Amino acid sequence: MALNIIVCVKSTPSTVNVGVDADGKPKIAGVPVALNPFDEFAVEAAVRLKESVPGSTATALTVGPDAAAEILREAIARGADAGVHVTGAEFEGGDSYATSLALSAALKKLHAEKPVSIVIFGKNTSDAGAGVVGTQTAAWLDWASVSAVKKLEAVDETSATVLRQMEDGVDTVKLKLPACVSTIKEINEPRLPSLKGKMASKKAVFPRWTAAELGLQPAQAGAAGAGAVVVKAALPPARPAGLKVEGATAAEKAAKLVDILVERKLI
Amino acid sequence: MANGILVVVTPSRGALSPSSYELLGAGKVLADALKQPLLAAVIGGNAAALAGDIAARGASKVLVVEHPSLKDFTEESYARAAAAAAAKADASRVILPSTIAGRALAARLAVLLKAGLATDVTEILADGKVRRGYYGGNLIAEVEFKSPVAVLTVAAMTFPRAEPAGAAAPVEAVSFDPGASVSEFVSFQGEESREIDLGAAEKVVAGGAGLGSADGFKPLFDLAHALGAAVGASRRAVDSGWIPYKHQVGLTGRTVRPKLYVAVGISGQIQHLAGMAASGTIVAINSDKDCPLMQMASIAVVGEYSELLPLITAEIKARKGHAVPA
Ligand SMILES: Cc1cc2nc3c(=O)[nH]c(=O)nc-3n(C[C@H](O)[C@H](O)[C@H](O)COP(=O)(O)OP(=O)(O)OC[C@H]3O[C@@H](n4cnc5c(N)ncnc54)[C@H](O)[C@@H]3O)c2cc1C
Repeated sequence: MALNIIVCVKSTPSTVNVGVDADGKPKIAGVPVALNPFDEFAVEAAVRLKESVPGSTATALTVGPDAAAEILREAIARGADAGVHVTGAEFEGGDSYATSLALSAALKKLHAEKPVSIVIFGKNTSDAGAGVVGTQTAAWLDWASVSAVKKLEAVDETSATVLRQMEDGVDTVKLKLPACVSTIKEINEPRLPSLKGKMASKKAVFPRWTAAELGLQPAQAGAAGAGAVVVKAALPPARPAGLKVEGATAAEKAAKLVDILVERKLI
Repeated sequence: MANGILVVVTPSRGALSPSSYELLGAGKVLADALKQPLLAAVIGGNAAALAGDIAARGASKVLVVEHPSLKDFTEESYARAAAAAAAKADASRVILPSTIAGRALAARLAVLLKAGLATDVTEILADGKVRRGYYGGNLIAEVEFKSPVAVLTVAAMTFPRAEPAGAAAPVEAVSFDPGASVSEFVSFQGEESREIDLGAAEKVVAGGAGLGSADGFKPLFDLAHALGAAVGASRRAVDSGWIPYKHQVGLTGRTVRPKLYVAVGISGQIQHLAGMAASGTIVAINSDKDCPLMQMASIAVVGEYSELLPLITAEIKARKGHAVPA
């Protein structure tokens, strides 16, 4: 049976090498956006899964401003069939709590239109970087979730068996579908966008869903719905000036280095 | 109004790790800041047997959620168990580790408790706000919780480990209904390794493209063993196939915060720094004195790694040898 696969993607600044502006906010104005690097792996996983089960579709879903439509295009260039854009000023300033609620509302709507099989997420975003949205989305829906997925071992219409990379080894977990899985880089090697995909991405039109259309109150979306807010961004404290280990020979340098480490009680 | 700081300890494969004690250390800081009592909960298939160890380390009470369905980690069951403990504790803050399980559990729990969430917390301020790195560690965010209840995961190697002190706290069982399960733990395949896990390591020795080949990692592993350090790597070393991905440090790898980070043949591109810049003492060993890592290092040694590493290893072994009492 064909699978209805959703992949959640985010537009993030194309570099994380950013400073702080006068208001104590990340200086990202003017920084171009790009598909969040880890989401490339999620998109590839969705496309490979779709290719392995005839008749399946992969739909990219994002919550973000107008510019995030480009990220849906990127997902299509990489092989996704369609995109859904959850957007509106009300979503601005959301944290993982508010964003996962918005995603879950969109998934509920998609699920009502056509039952969702599996929702695939990247490991974390390059900006906020918490790595929790996939699991939070599942929690809102009361669906199963699993993080750190390095392999989708078997997926059928009712269940998925996945491998989870833990710190000390690999767990095998079987999930009842629909479920949300958060992937890691080891899951695949993303292909580059194809020419056919690029052509399709240019023509693609995405439905735009607002909070109201998803049945969300203004107080539930964006900054108003956030449980945790960043009140200030700062640069990390500067590190004290370093020490250069000098010596006429390598042996002399080695001995000096070990002296310093012993002195600092690091050995 | 909720009044309690709850530390949630989730044993891994039925055993406690020293990082559990760091959670209690962080909990103490937050309990002092908010002037609320500190409680702990132990969740697992054998939680009761582990509660005694936790009870000796400063909490006023230890809750135990033990059930056969909690023997292995699944996100839904553990979140329900943690929510039961949070309700029993009337917790305003729940603290978890920033491990794979801890992060997933925190995510699910935050929704169940209608709570704001901050992960990878490195600092707890006197007013209860917290700090965490974001933008790949290039920026530090100060986070304020707007919800009455909040969940946080604390970065490893950041807060002091609570020591046994005073009388043991009372231990109380929390009843738990596992409900219908939507995910099932099938099996675990342990990774055979004598190596120390990166995330919780006090010392890390990491190698980069400068090592030139998989063979180049041999003297690096020797140094790591002599130091009792975990082994890390740059993405270029991993992408070259010299060492498995699990060793990668950086934006798309692990974040580490050891007391000592030794970077060998790593230039220090921003994506690598994202994973290790918060380390205590950073030693750089590199043939290029001007590369970014040599510039930011606490201690920089210019030279050829293949010459330096065996000498450093030998030097450490010699001193350790002398330290052994006759
Ligand atoms: C989206 C994205 C994510 C990324 N994520 C990560 C990540 O998670 N982690 C990561 O590490 N990188 C990451 N990178 C890659 C990063 O940009 C760098 O390419 C990488 O860190 C470089 O690795 P390196 O320092 O080992 O190699 P190089 O930059 O090639 O440096 C090699 C160093 O070895 C020194 N050297 C050479 N020969 C010797 C010798 N004989 N003895 C001593 N020193 C020697 C050189 O002087 C040089 O400084 C990412 C990049 C992108 C775009």
